[in-house]
Amino acid sequence: MNEVEHIIEVKDMVKNFGSFTANDRLSFHVEKGEIFGFLGANGAGKTTAIRILCGLSYPTSGEIQVAGHDVYREREKIKKKIGYMSQKFSLYEDLTVSENIRLYAGIYGMGRKQIASREEQLLDRLGISQIRNRLIREIPLGWKQKLAFSVAIFHQPAIVFLDEPTGGVDPVTRRQFWEMIHDATEEGITVFVTTHYMDEAEYCDRVSIMVDGRIDALDTPAALKQQFESENMNEVFLKLARR
Amino acid sequence: MSLIINNIDHSFGAVRALQKINFEVGDGELFGLIGPDGAGKTTLFRVMASLLIPDAGFCSMHGHDVVKDYREVRKIIGYMPGRFSLYMDLSVEENLAFYARVFGTTVTENYDLIKDVYEQIAPFKKRLAGKLSGGMKQKLALSCALIHRPQILLLDEPTTGVDAVSRREFWDMLKDIQKQGITIVVSTPYMDEAEMCDRVALMQKGKLLDISDPSHPPKEEAQLLYSLQSSKGVYAYLDQIRRTKACRHAWLFGDQLHVTLRSEEDEAELRSIIDSWDDPSIKWKAIQPSIEDRFMGLMEQDGEEEFMKGEMN
Repeated sequence: MNEVEHIIEVKDMVKNFGSFTANDRLSFHVEKGEIFGFLGANGAGKTTAIRILCGLSYPTSGEIQVAGHDVYREREKIKKKIGYMSQKFSLYEDLTVSENIRLYAGIYGMGRKQIASREEQLLDRLGISQIRNRLIREIPLGWKQKLAFSVAIFHQPAIVFLDEPTGGVDPVTRRQFWEMIHDATEEGITVFVTTHYMDEAEYCDRVSIMVDGRIDALDTPAALKQQFESENMNEVFLKLARR
Repeated sequence: MSLIINNIDHSFGAVRALQKINFEVGDGELFGLIGPDGAGKTTLFRVMASLLIPDAGFCSMHGHDVVKDYREVRKIIGYMPGRFSLYMDLSVEENLAFYARVFGTTVTENYDLIKDVYEQIAPFKKRLAGKLSGGMKQKLALSCALIHRPQILLLDEPTTGVDAVSRREFWDMLKDIQKQGITIVVSTPYMDEAEMCDRVALMQKGKLLDISDPSHPPKEEAQLLYSLQSSKGVYAYLDQIRRTKACRHAWLFGDQLHVTLRSEEDEAELRSIIDSWDDPSIKWKAIQPSIEDRFMGLMEQDGEEEFMKGEMN
């Protein structure tokens, strides 16, 4: 039952680097189809946790399942079921729009025919068919980001991890991007997202806040604001991190 | 005036990075340049720092022309570029000593100016800069930019990618530096940091959209901006609002929707659609635009569409 409801299940996750504890007994779950905000100060241990959940690094201890697979024994299965996008690394600048789509789809093991038909659909939906043969470095930043997100979910993963996806874009593009995230959840994709924009924390169904390797708060934005007697998520964040 | 920017124009190939930029910054002012990537902020900093000769226009720092008197300019400014300013293979104290010597001073001479910032990283002074956390690197870079007691401090996106707490601390440090009489020009992509500045310039795609004082925003003639809030969340209402004729545009804004109407008479239509939802938890009211609202109102709507049109022709 659990696997259906909880797409990510983390129990007592610990990750040590030598004597330093980056993740200190994290326990939480992510529900299928929700937007889960994973917040925390720089150095709080977010990246370490994400790397474990993506099957890129082993935890020191703990029981962790992602999309029904164990992070110790089934990392390759996990990798096939997730998508990943970050501000720093997403698309290859010296490949075209179409080449990027086909490269990623191929890596995820999609067949040629399926790639071709879904590529058409995607370009149509984004309204960018006419720039399919342009190099990524030639297209505007806002489009790059929308395309990067579309590519990250092109193979219809169960979960997509977004690591600071909106850095540096203008406020309208940032909002359009979040509307795309909402649309993805309507297709049943679970979204796991980090951000430094506190207004974006409000767009999440639930938010966790990490401080010094631990999760110090986890709830809906409304409940967190009430709990910390704050007007907005920025205040919640400041109160928690300065405690 | 500490700083004069007059009709600055600069292109990189076909890209017009700066288009007729004009503004002045007063002595001791904390002036913000706000805009997304590609706005031209970094190019403008490079002009101010005398590192890039603009195609056209004039720029002076404390009366010194950045082209003709670049030697003088470089003595009186402190410049913290967005990416590189520290030597990662030197230790914390070596970086600081290096910058002091380059500017013909010593760490002790101006130590009082950097004391508050530097003491936070002093426990790690033997550590290589490359081994510092992001927040500590930022503090060291700021110390290095201040070590020769510049009259004008130029900071290019010092808080990008930095968490909300560290950002707040950084702005507190800037306020303290400003109190020492140093003029500060600082850029950021975070609109919420505008309120920390005396004045802010909004930039997009090489153009200056607007300059304003965040604590005294210009009064809009017509009241067209409304916020909506509901305990059920507002995302579900976004599409319906957008389909209303009265709505010019509507965007998510934290836990609210911000709706701009086409004219003042449209309020009745907004009221009737909200009533039709029968959601007693809805709160809505006319609001004054924040800097982010102003930016979204002023920004060139969809440069992307323009790009796509160019592709079709």
